[in-house]
Order: sequence, then structure tokens, then C-alpha cells
Amino acid sequence: MQILTANDIYKSFDGVEVLKGISVGVNKGEVLAIIGPSGSGKSTFLRCVTQLETVDAGDITICGEKLVQNGADGKAQYADKAACGKIGLRIGLVFQNFNLFPHFSVLRNITEAPIRVLGKSREEAEKAARQLLVKMNLADKADAYPFQLSGGQQQRVSIARALAMEPEILFFDEPTSALDPELTGEILKVIRELAAEHMTMVVVTHEMKFARDVADYVVFMDDGAIVEQGKPAQLFDSTTNERTLAFLSRYHDA
Amino acid sequence: MNYQILLSQMLEGTLMSLRIFFSTLLFSLPLGLLVSLGRMSKNPIINLPVRLYILIMRGTPLMLQLLFIFYGLKPLFGIQLDRVLAAQVAFALNYAAYFAEIFRGGIEGIPQGQYEASKVLGFTRQQTFFRIVLPQVVKRIIPPMGNEFITLVKDTSLAQVIGVVELLKITSNWVSSAVDMTPFLIAGVFYLVMNGIVTRCFTVAEKRLAYYR
Repeated sequence: MQILTANDIYKSFDGVEVLKGISVGVNKGEVLAIIGPSGSGKSTFLRCVTQLETVDAGDITICGEKLVQNGADGKAQYADKAACGKIGLRIGLVFQNFNLFPHFSVLRNITEAPIRVLGKSREEAEKAARQLLVKMNLADKADAYPFQLSGGQQQRVSIARALAMEPEILFFDEPTSALDPELTGEILKVIRELAAEHMTMVVVTHEMKFARDVADYVVFMDDGAIVEQGKPAQLFDSTTNERTLAFLSRYHDA
Repeated sequence: MNYQILLSQMLEGTLMSLRIFFSTLLFSLPLGLLVSLGRMSKNPIINLPVRLYILIMRGTPLMLQLLFIFYGLKPLFGIQLDRVLAAQVAFALNYAAYFAEIFRGGIEGIPQGQYEASKVLGFTRQQTFFRIVLPQVVKRIIPPMGNEFITLVKDTSLAQVIGVVELLKITSNWVSSAVDMTPFLIAGVFYLVMNGIVTRCFTVAEKRLAYYR
């Protein structure tokens, strides 16, 4: 079953086309990695499927529900506000710079949305949050405030916050790009563990080794379009596409 | 000079000053928040009149505004407010404009990521504003708000131009009839005590909100 289906997505900012017909599908339990140079439209695509941006044209279906589809005029027509909100609850997003709520404790960062949005009881939400914190190896940080944590710890809290909403699919927008190199490992480890539990995930990343190891499928984007996609082995080892090779060689050199 | 009578009258004047001070805060803080939202609205039908309002309130003397609201509403609209009420209205309208700009600065300083995280988690716009944004705004605007509160304590003395008998008016009456400058000194101490308390409150508030960054 496809959790996410995006077809022929177009998006422009001020007349500049940033997405030029992106189509991607993610099956339940799969991990999709999106790689590509800066400015290739990877993050914009993620922001479109998470409703932080609207698309100009194209279809997006999440868990069988249509978020947006092309109308008769070929322009995107969104579902009504209630349906969009419902679809939004099926997804989680982990940001590059965490975006934790600084005035809430770690525990409250995780419980606030389950309580206020999903209507869970405080006990239930706190119990689930503490379990997530154990899983993130942060059990002793429940009462800390975000500024007291390292970047890696903050990012793990933000993953716990997203998981607390029990999403069907979890999106990561360059989750390690704001971290010191020695801290990226702990985030990648968490994502690996989630993959082992068959969490459906889409990860925009610059970590090539991680993409190759963890992803079931890799999409290489450049200049707003998908250049190549396939199994990691195929894309990383046996590609003949010149642009892919050129992009990958920059990482091999590094 | 009978100091007992002087002091009791000065205390009465202080009560009047405090009445204006507190009523101004009570009305201009919520009004200022509304005005700041209007100022940030992208709709020019809301945004332009609000900007004009802020320009007038900040661009003309508060004393002129007091005179206008007490003397000017009658010939224009047939409305005659009582002196104290006129002062309260003028102060509330004037301070709301300043508070609005402080609120706006605070709200615009909240990173976009806070709104995006709230949206992805499913918070409504109201929940996002009142639970996520506003608490962080309060912390950010404490220093400029402290300035305004202190200025307001002193500005209450302007109400005497429309005949409101507040602390400084009573004091200068005494000075002119007794030809003795001491009451001015005492009034200065009164203002200092009031602003000492205001400063103390802000220090405490700042400390209380220091639990996060």
C-alpha cells in the first residue's frame, strides 16, 4: 500500500520554477532518501507534501486520501480545510533546525500536541512521551528545557515530538545539517532504528553513506526535477547517468 | 506649611495618578495587541487605517491629545467626557499605539519555524498564537515594556492640562501658594518610589521568565 503518492508536482516562487514535475511514491514501511545539491528543490518538495507550501499543479495522496489534485483547468485544487487538517495529522516532520518550543520543557514539547490536538489525557500523553524519551535515550531530560540540550539531543526530542502524534509517515528535512559532525551519528542511529521498526519515512539528506545503507529507494534531484531514482545499489554503484556521477563524485572526494 | 495636610493631599493626588496608570494599562495592553495584529495584517483596509492611527498617536503630543479629547469632542461630535474619563481615554489610546509597536516587534521576532512546527503538529491558529507565540513574545518585550511603564508613571502628570488633580498638580498648587520648593522634592520622591516598584516588578518578571532561552 502506498502511503505517499505524489504525481507531477509543479511549484514556482515568483515566476521561478522550483519543482518541475516531481513524481514519487512511498510504500508502507519503506524508507525513501532524497539526495541532490542545494537548491535542487528537495526541501521544497518536502514542504509541499507536509502542507507548509502549496503546489501549483499536481496530485498528492496520503494514506489513500487526496490532499490535492489537478482541476479541469490543470491547476491544483486542494481538499477542503478539514480534510487537509486530517491529512496533516497522518504525517510528521522533523526540521533541519529542530524548531522545538523553547518555553516548554522537553516533556511538554512532546505532550502538548497529543493533548491539545488529539485530545489525549495528560497521563496518557505523558506516559507515551516518557516511553519515547527512553527510546531516544533521553529519559533523564524530561524536565530540561531545549536550550540546555545539545543539538543532537534537541533533534532527538523533535523526533520524539513528531512520533508522539503517531504519524503514518515521517518526513526528515536534512535532519543532521545543523549538527556538528560528531553529533550526526546519534540522529542517523535513531532513524536507522525507526527503519528497523518499519516506520515509513522520507529523508532529505546529504549523508550519502546513510542513504545507501538505510534507504529502500533513493531519488536524486537536481534543478527541480528527478534525474534518477532506484535502489541504492543501482544509483550509487552502477549508475551511468553523468549528472548523478558528477554529484556523487563530489562526495567521494570529500 | 502644614505637612500633615500637604502629605495627605499629595497621597490623594498619587491615588489619582495611579488610577490613570492602572486604567491605561488595563485598556491599552489588550488594545495594543489588537492594534499590532491590525498593523501586521496584509489587508490594506485594516492595515492602512491602523498605521494612520499609530502615526497620529505617536506623532502628536500626548498633551494635545488630552486637550482634544476633553475640549474637542464637544464641538465635533457633541460628546463631553468628564475630566478623569477623558484623561483615561486619551492615555489608553496613546499608549495602545506604543504598545502595539512593541508587540509587533516581539511577534515578528518569533522565528518562522515556530509557526511551521505548530502547523505540522496540527495546532489551530489560535492555539499557535496563544500557546506558542504569545508566551515567547512576553519574554522578549519585557525590557521595552519596562521603559513604557516607567514613562507612563511620569506621564500621568500631563492630565493636569485638562484639570485633573493628580500628584504634580497638587504639589505645584502648594508650591505657588506657600512659595516653598519642598513639596517638589517630596513629589520627586513619590515618583521615584512608584517607579522603584515598577522596576522591581519588571526585574522579578524577567527572572521568572529566565527559565528558558
